[in-house]
Amino acid sequence: MIYLDNSATTKPDPSVLESFQQASQRFFANPSSIHHLGGEAEKMLSKARKQAAELLNVHQDEIVFTSGGTEGNNLAIKGTALKHQGRGKHIITTEIEHSSVDETFQGLSQLGFDVTYLPVDENGVVSVEDVRKAIRHDTILISVMHVNNELGSIQPVKEIGDIAKKYPKLFFHVDNVQGFGKVPLELAESGIDFCTISGHKIHGLKGTGLLYVKKGATLFPLFHGGDQEHGLRSGTENLAGAVSLVKALRLTKERQEAGTQHMLELQQELYNKLSGMNGVEVNTPKEAAPHIINISVPGLKPEVIIHTLGEQDIYISTKSACSSKQTDESKILAACSKSSEVASSALRISLSYDTAAEEISVFLNALEKAIHQLKAVLE
Amino acid sequence: MQYDHILIRYGELALKGKNKKTFILQLQDNIRKQLEPFPNATVKRTQGRMFVLLNGHEPEPIIEKCRNIFGIQSLSPAIKVQNDETEIKDAALWALENSLDTKTFKVTVKRINKDFPIRSQEMNQVLGKHLLSNTTGYTVDVHQPDLELKVEIRAEATYITSRVISALGGLPVGTSGKTLLMLSGGIDSPVAGFLTMKRGVEVEAIHFHSPPFTSERAKQKVLDLAEKLTNYGSKVNVHVVPFTKLQQHIFREMPENYAMTIMRRIMMRISEQVCKQQSILSITTGESLGQVASQTMESMNTINEVTNYPILRPLVAMDKDEIIKVSRQIDTYDISIRPYEDCCTIFVPKSPKTKPERSKVNAFESQTDFSELIEEAVNGIEVVTLNGKQKAENEFDELL
Repeated sequence: MIYLDNSATTKPDPSVLESFQQASQRFFANPSSIHHLGGEAEKMLSKARKQAAELLNVHQDEIVFTSGGTEGNNLAIKGTALKHQGRGKHIITTEIEHSSVDETFQGLSQLGFDVTYLPVDENGVVSVEDVRKAIRHDTILISVMHVNNELGSIQPVKEIGDIAKKYPKLFFHVDNVQGFGKVPLELAESGIDFCTISGHKIHGLKGTGLLYVKKGATLFPLFHGGDQEHGLRSGTENLAGAVSLVKALRLTKERQEAGTQHMLELQQELYNKLSGMNGVEVNTPKEAAPHIINISVPGLKPEVIIHTLGEQDIYISTKSACSSKQTDESKILAACSKSSEVASSALRISLSYDTAAEEISVFLNALEKAIHQLKAVLE
Repeated sequence: MQYDHILIRYGELALKGKNKKTFILQLQDNIRKQLEPFPNATVKRTQGRMFVLLNGHEPEPIIEKCRNIFGIQSLSPAIKVQNDETEIKDAALWALENSLDTKTFKVTVKRINKDFPIRSQEMNQVLGKHLLSNTTGYTVDVHQPDLELKVEIRAEATYITSRVISALGGLPVGTSGKTLLMLSGGIDSPVAGFLTMKRGVEVEAIHFHSPPFTSERAKQKVLDLAEKLTNYGSKVNVHVVPFTKLQQHIFREMPENYAMTIMRRIMMRISEQVCKQQSILSITTGESLGQVASQTMESMNTINEVTNYPILRPLVAMDKDEIIKVSRQIDTYDISIRPYEDCCTIFVPKSPKTKPERSKVNAFESQTDFSELIEEAVNGIEVVTLNGKQKAENEFDELL
């Protein structure tokens, strides 16, 4: 099997699974129970929170364990909108966000919020100047992803953070689901108030994630109940999930430097070969996250290529898994001013630290062959 | 280029007379213990100065550790270079460019080694000129610079230090004897412990545990608080006293409005015995005058009657919000507010005597014999040693 769909999800690391299982068995008690077992579970949870905070270089009170990227994004965006609507109802995002951000903004606009969608250039990057210009006296939230999930383009969130710092009434949310472990992002002193991280994109488990909530930033919770997670996310804690997430965070951090370098080399190889391949257009810009390369094969339906490669046990994807069931055309590529033909024939190859160089060369051969054969059939 | 050592300045220590050496050796020892997680770092003393040689470690985490060590007034990351004009210039430029939030600077050269060919004043100008012509956006401000680059040309080498990071001051823990801190789990007692440690005192703690009325988590809370205190010293022994029988006995046999006063007196008696056994010379409490019934002048007078050991009350003149401020600073506040019952919150009489009298207490106490129960409690003491290393050895860590 050659798995090149790591931006959709990754294979869980065996030691992460092991931690999940152990934590589930040894610390099954409810951390809120006041007996000894509950105390042990609470201690385990607070260790996990502390380690997460150390790995992200933030304070432990700033970590809210969630069920993943979609929840983190919803909590940050709806939570800000609901909590601070009295100050203003203008919210800003970009045209290339993941559906869990995009749909949330659309939902809020139905509730009467005024949304500005910022455009991106042909490289899929939002302009800092556009962000600056979009801010109004009634703006309460800016939400910009760090790394785009289809293209791999990197957004200038550090620079946007510097702008956000100057507006004390405004909150800044970064969806870092694709960026964590691939492109470094410092949270402390960054002007970022909320940052979403997901477990299953970094060899953790589905249903795990965290939201960084900067000290002093307040949110209206999505779930009310027993006031777990500093009152921001009620519900009995998913202790084993949190433990497994923190383990995945640690393993990722430890391998980040070497892993990123390795992926960059593979990406460079892909870039060179794919640019020269007949019928292929590379959509990912030169300056991008190391793990994604997006291409289009105009004239061929991407599903057909996916299935042809699938027969050979090679797995890549059409745009993002979360939106691939909807329409043919990639909204994100369209936002980068790509032609409709390019936008509707896109394929995404996404790597992990463990992708081997031979896998890439097998894939490249298989792709070239597939395109050649399919084109021959069509002509 | 990178910072290769940290210069440590000790303030008040420098004033000490003949004992100075003892104080400095203790400080060196304390720094070494706190830096155990950094195996390559070494602590050196030369010519009245103390340095941490980083030997490859990042300076920031070590600076953070050192900021919490009492006896250090301030710290500066520093670079050591040869007594060579070009090397000095390069290092000064690097230090300036790597200093955050800096727009204005000033160079201060001290030429202790008179063999160095360029005189201090002249070297100031040489360096200032070099820095200005190789950078943009910086200006010189000799009065209130954002950054003062200090260049010391000594016999063996030249040291360049940039920013000055303030530390806690105080005296090195271990130079002022030992105290027994009465640690309840509330907000005040850890702060009292911290403040005595600031004056160089080593702290052991005593905690009264009344299972099943107080839970294991209340005890853990106290251990977690003691663990926080190890950030400022090296280890803290916690003497956990089994107090259930005594407490039940007091509240059964003694008049309700005097029970609290008598309970405190018994705690003092037990504490004094622990002091005697461990050669500890004083008792420390988190009492602040007038805060609650047991902390009135009359209560202090009556409770204090049972011991002639000095009782240190570092919070006596502090307001609650001042205490809370310190507890947040030392990171104990969030632990202290965990909502578990402790020995002082159970069996609370409806109207405790705020002005207890010695004569009455003595009369009540003479009706019953506590000595056997006290002895039993003292014999049942469990000593838990916290040395800041639990974190690494814990079963939890293998899962993370």
